[in-house]
Amino acid sequence: MSGDRVTKVLLFISSLTILLLSAGIVISLFGGALPAFREFGFRFITSSAWNPTAGSEEYGAMSFIAGTVITSILALIICIPMAFSTSLFIAEYYNGTRTSGILRSLVDLLAGIPSIVYGFWGFYALRPLMVATGLTDQGFGVFTASLVLAIMIVPYATSLSAEIISMVPAELKEAAYSLGATRREVIFSVVIPSARSGIIASFILALGRALGETMAVTMLIGNANVIPKGLFAPGNTMASVIANQFGEASGLKMSALIAIGLLLFLITALVNYLGKLIIKRFA
Amino acid sequence: MTEMYPVLTDNISRRNRTNIRFRYLVIAGSVITVIPIFLIVGNLAVKGFRQINLAFFTKPAPDTFQAMMAASSGEIIPGGIANGLTGSLLMVVLASLFAIPLGLMTGIYIYENSSLKYARFIRNLTEILQGVPSIILGIIAYIWIVKNITRGYSALAGSVSLAIMMLPLIIRSTEETMRMIPVSIREAAFALGTPYYKMIYKILIPVSFSGLATGVLLALSRILGETAPLMLTALGSPAISLDVTRPVSAVPLLIWDFYNDPNMVSLVWSASLFLMVFVLSMNLLARSVASKHKYI
Amino acid sequence: MNNTPQSNNVLEIRDLSIAYEPGKNAVNGVTASVKRNSITAIMGPSGCGKSTLLRAMNRMHELYPNIRTKGDILLDGQSIFSMSVIELRRKVGMVFQRPNPFPNMTIYENVVAGFSLNDIRLKKSQRDEIVENALRNVTLWDEVKESLYRKGTFLSGGQQQRLCVARAIAFNPEVLLLDEPTSALDPIATSKIEDLLGELKKKYTLVLVTHNMSQAARISDDSMFMYLGELVESGRTGTLFTTPKDPRTEAYLTGKFG
Repeated sequence: MSGDRVTKVLLFISSLTILLLSAGIVISLFGGALPAFREFGFRFITSSAWNPTAGSEEYGAMSFIAGTVITSILALIICIPMAFSTSLFIAEYYNGTRTSGILRSLVDLLAGIPSIVYGFWGFYALRPLMVATGLTDQGFGVFTASLVLAIMIVPYATSLSAEIISMVPAELKEAAYSLGATRREVIFSVVIPSARSGIIASFILALGRALGETMAVTMLIGNANVIPKGLFAPGNTMASVIANQFGEASGLKMSALIAIGLLLFLITALVNYLGKLIIKRFA
Repeated sequence: MTEMYPVLTDNISRRNRTNIRFRYLVIAGSVITVIPIFLIVGNLAVKGFRQINLAFFTKPAPDTFQAMMAASSGEIIPGGIANGLTGSLLMVVLASLFAIPLGLMTGIYIYENSSLKYARFIRNLTEILQGVPSIILGIIAYIWIVKNITRGYSALAGSVSLAIMMLPLIIRSTEETMRMIPVSIREAAFALGTPYYKMIYKILIPVSFSGLATGVLLALSRILGETAPLMLTALGSPAISLDVTRPVSAVPLLIWDFYNDPNMVSLVWSASLFLMVFVLSMNLLARSVASKHKYI
Repeated sequence: MNNTPQSNNVLEIRDLSIAYEPGKNAVNGVTASVKRNSITAIMGPSGCGKSTLLRAMNRMHELYPNIRTKGDILLDGQSIFSMSVIELRRKVGMVFQRPNPFPNMTIYENVVAGFSLNDIRLKKSQRDEIVENALRNVTLWDEVKESLYRKGTFLSGGQQQRLCVARAIAFNPEVLLLDEPTSALDPIATSKIEDLLGELKKKYTLVLVTHNMSQAARISDDSMFMYLGELVESGRTGTLFTTPKDPRTEAYLTGKFG
């Protein structure tokens, strides 16, 4: 065979591994989750029971779905004003300046810090602050986890939003300025409407990040296998219950944890797909 | 038609004030956003510095009794993170051996065949794979390797989960780097009668080398800090081990172990400081490689 | 016009210098004036500072960071640098090189965009009147009156540019600045815009930047020729084109550079 053919075949085979890998992941998750779904049926999703006692085993994912959704959405809400002002700072107010470059690198650094370091820092630095507010006894809970989660997803929302804001044509902004609009008015009536779908997509993709985040949340949410009773109450997320209990699990419990993993996989894939779809329509 | 223009009755000074206020709001929001980075780096540097010495890098983690004795007498905890360093190194090297060549080739395949439906499908799969939470890759490596191949927690399982994480990152960065190469360079190569594979080895890869290096470095800095999938696969081990079929530790796994042991608190600070500095410098290195060779 | 003219000159530019970076003047010591109800063309090779000079007339040049401005521009005898930018830009409107209707707004909304951007609330009847009036003035009314509530970006390039002129004159400005308004248009659309400018000068004072010499010769009353940031020569268009005083002007007009 000629070098050309060998190269083409090699490249093609390597692309096949992605196909096999993706199929393998889906099949393995389904296979592993099957016993739990066979045992509990659809109730596995709607039930919030979590009882590993042998003989009366019962597992349901609802507490963890609720915990995941609540912490992620709360994190997103906290993240929005931060990411929004930072992306305006970088791509509008100080676009192209040194200051903007420095801020951009600092935000990138936030993305580089490992999850476990965030968790540990949250445990020792943030949790005492939460206790000091008097809103929670131990400092663990949904709000503490969401706060750290918000800091972790800010860079993802910021870099994409900033990129999209900087793509708004200068001609449009100039047209508004030439009509006497102030900068704030230009931002709200020209920049944001033009960049709207892109900004929304960047927040959806940041949400996708938050949903799957494991270590930092595990260390701060309090690990109570119930639907959180309030913003300062403990709970557990899908990712963190897997991290906490997988090691000691077997049989039906292992299957239940894999089933939670499957659900998490489907939720994040859906959210990411939505974000990518909006981006593609925008571009 | 009469020419009637309205008297302009807006309040210019009020609008100017709102404008300035909004600017301050944006600056304040941006400052709040970057405060955590200073707090985290500052906290870790101050509290983690004390434990960083030669033994920290050359000795494996102490047991809880040694740590307790040292802590109660106010001394530095003996031991370090050597077992984590070797474990991390072992798994990252294994993962790279698998993911870097495969990622480069797949990335080139997608770039070269971007008109094919199949290639675009592979690209979409890569994007989905990139969004999969790392803990799920831990489950996968557990099912595939721990349960069926090594019959127990192992370094191999850990590196498989890390490799699946790296793969989409490298594929995407390869494809994006290649797409920045001007078409004229490829055409010039073909015009000289260069065969396809030589064009790839002699033109595409060398021309885009710094971009590819950036992608690899960024992917490495991502997996170096990963903890969750390793908890399900490599598990951790108190001893220095290079056996891929046996459990090994890793720096982030050690942080998790130290964190769960109240006697080891000061070691967590040091290990976290080390991990953060290491990952961030890798990150910065990647970005400086990228900015030095911006034209590609 | 609501202002009593103090003199025949609407704009007086006095020893104006503008630098984007220290020591490099994009506009260097320009002194000139613009006559009321006329078309003044600013010509010169690219990079000569003509756009910067035009933008300075409603302080759009200040959008660039670190800009330094020396000298003064007077609008009806008052320094534009002592006015509020908002008021200045309402009195001195602008049309850009490429048609830039707001893509998120309908044709109707585009015409009254100046009012909504400035937070000025008008009655529906007032708005309707302004829209019809402005669109008639740019001879676009008959073409778009059936589709006022469609997005402005569906129009052809020439129609879009006339919509942008309508948007600028909806405020009834004194001066209209045009930055190569036909450079992105085909010849037919260009001649429509040129006809329109001839009409508009009855009501407004127009300043036009162009690198198209025949356009300047066709429609302008006065001309300025700029080279390397300096105003080389200015005067009646007919005189400047037939008997240029400066050798650089002559070289430009005969196509030696630019």
